[in-house]
Amino acid sequence: MSLLADPRWGEALAHLPDYLGNHVRVSLAALALGLAVSLPLAILTRNRPAPRGLLLAFASIVQTVPGLALLALFYPLLLAAASVALAWFGVSFSAFGFLPAMLALALYSMLPVLRNSITGLNGIDPALIEAAKGVGMTGRQSLLMVELPLALPVMMAGIRTGAVWVIGTATLSTPIGQTSLGNYIFAGLQTQNWVFVLFGCLASALLALAVDQLLGLIENGLRRRSRLRAALGCAGIAALLAATLVPTMGRSSQGYVVGAKTFAEQYVLSALLRDRLQVAGLSATARSGLGSSVIFGALKAGDIDLYVDYSGTLWANQLHRTDIKPRTELLAELKTALAKDNITLLGDLGFENAYALVMPRKRAEALGIRTIADLAAHASTMSIAGDYEFFSRPEWAALQKTYGLSFRAQRQMQPDFMYAAAASGEVDLIAGYTSDGLIAKYELVALDDIRHAIPPYDAILLLAPKRARDERLQAALRPLLGKIDIATMREANLRASGNDANSSPDAVAKWLWEKIKQ
Amino acid sequence: MPSSPMIGYAHATKSFGSLKALDDVSIEIAEGEFVAIVGGSGSGKTTLLRLANRLTEADGGTITVEGADVRDVDPVALRRRIGYVFQSGGLFPHLTVADNIGITPRLLGVSAADIAARVDELLDLVQLDRAAHRDRLPEALSGGQRQRVGVARALAARPRIVLMDEPFGALDPLTRDALGDDYRSLHRKLGLTSVMITHDMTEAILLADRIAVMRSGQLLAQGTPNELAKSGDAYVLELLRTPRRQAERLNALLPKSGAA
Repeated sequence: MSLLADPRWGEALAHLPDYLGNHVRVSLAALALGLAVSLPLAILTRNRPAPRGLLLAFASIVQTVPGLALLALFYPLLLAAASVALAWFGVSFSAFGFLPAMLALALYSMLPVLRNSITGLNGIDPALIEAAKGVGMTGRQSLLMVELPLALPVMMAGIRTGAVWVIGTATLSTPIGQTSLGNYIFAGLQTQNWVFVLFGCLASALLALAVDQLLGLIENGLRRRSRLRAALGCAGIAALLAATLVPTMGRSSQGYVVGAKTFAEQYVLSALLRDRLQVAGLSATARSGLGSSVIFGALKAGDIDLYVDYSGTLWANQLHRTDIKPRTELLAELKTALAKDNITLLGDLGFENAYALVMPRKRAEALGIRTIADLAAHASTMSIAGDYEFFSRPEWAALQKTYGLSFRAQRQMQPDFMYAAAASGEVDLIAGYTSDGLIAKYELVALDDIRHAIPPYDAILLLAPKRARDERLQAALRPLLGKIDIATMREANLRASGNDANSSPDAVAKWLWEKIKQ
Repeated sequence: MPSSPMIGYAHATKSFGSLKALDDVSIEIAEGEFVAIVGGSGSGKTTLLRLANRLTEADGGTITVEGADVRDVDPVALRRRIGYVFQSGGLFPHLTVADNIGITPRLLGVSAADIAARVDELLDLVQLDRAAHRDRLPEALSGGQRQRVGVARALAARPRIVLMDEPFGALDPLTRDALGDDYRSLHRKLGLTSVMITHDMTEAILLADRIAVMRSGQLLAQGTPNELAKSGDAYVLELLRTPRRQAERLNALLPKSGAA
């Protein structure tokens, strides 16, 4: 099938007003804030070498923090600030989405703006500053009429660089809950939907180019003292902002927000939940690609209304428990604990997505390995790969301790690529997920955890505190409880990992519903 | 002679770190006078000039302008009523000729229409073609034209005093000669009090009423060329001899007028 005729382009286009609008808003707000801070600082420190050096050093250090990490850092920071604000001043604000993304991006925009502004202002011929004084200008007049106009080209170059950086980096704000063009890229990478990845990259590149050109027009207008050009550029930026505001204003409140983490199963389940709510006459949207540390906080704060998590994850990460209980006991205890935070554990969906040690079936048979206990004798010659969090999770420590495992090497990998790596023998063993369809596809086998080192990971439906007594919502969701068995979920996940139109989360969610509705 | 001078320096001193730029300099400049300050580089002549409009502040002594101690006058207001011509123009490269000339009136809040009229008047005064030069940027002008614009800018707010820091130093000899003469007649016509810095004694003799000679921060002598000739200072006499020696050598080398 031709790439251009792929129906997923249409699907991508349908998300564009929402994703682009949010992207433009957060980028422009960040840039505006960055300029509002950087320009006065550059002006104030232009004749003071010591603070100027400190400022540039700070901005350079910020720049060396990877964009994703900077964005991720702002979430817990703001969460703490929000709880302090609530306790001390009774003011509440959301630490989710827009605010952390805007602050992190604003910080990110500062270096090019500061550096170029300082360079531009310091590069002016001192004789001209002297002349400005000599003709009777005050310091302020000299700044506005001589220094800033002369430094403008260099300053604008910095502003344009900052704008391009911010627009590019804003694609990384998806995991902290800020919808952006990055939603295409994260969703596309997780569900092997290259059309989405391409679409997201193209859209953000075009946006960056457009804003750069508009800023160029403003610069040109200011430099040639052409009000028309400057006005055109400003009008262009304003139009861009207005165009992205219109669709949002036209839409009424977005209703229920269904959260999803950053892997394919979550995208499918959030689409399924959203569809169910819509069928029940409730307005609902999916907010996908949220970081797994962000999503629980977002539910607790009411920024999202519902999502699917896994019992063992909450047991370890939220309750900080390291002991292991049988599944029903663990679920009951979890339910009680979550109720203290007013979070409703509505029930389990019927399958488990646990960590499991996975290896090629043939190799396991050849070595006589059926359980993790059998692995102990071979571990010292084997390498293991896991996702980005596995090796720092308590399960990993528990596995090593319970079975006395010590591997030759361990590697971190993008989850989607792990299974292929195990199948090809690039690694001997992976820490996979039991519900992953790729286990069957690549003829891999999950080894039995006979000593129960890994807690149960039942997929459970959680509701935000404000939805605790929402009967319509709960009635719409109950038909799903206990309906999705592991085989069905594996098949759904396998479908979602395909690279064609039927593998989009929406399509797979529809297939899944057809399969379980009887 | 009015009782108080237009510009008066009494025991002015100024140091930059350990360097003594001005060492107890006293001189008075009367209304309508054209004074040239002559000296080598580092002699303190520029510092002396800049004390008058407070581009530099004196360490000691008293400087008066139009009878008032400059320390009692707001420096910005002071600079707006004293014309200043900078070495090689000091024109703002991002502003047109008209905007450069009109800058001080604009700072004083003069209306745009009045500024436009004044700019045209000044372009005529410094003999630049209105239509051809008004809207040009300084980079499109020759050195001589730039300096004419610099003079026009200094005169824009109708100052009674004009200070000039080596105004014609960087120009070719023909332009320099013409500009000097033109300024001299402007000085007379407008009844200005002018102080000009130069390192060229010939220029000083040709243009100024009175010459002050400086060296190492000190005022060695002052007066008309005749009065200077009576000075006992060897450096002053040496400076005075140079123009004549040059003239004699030129006379010997050049064909007599009409013979060419």
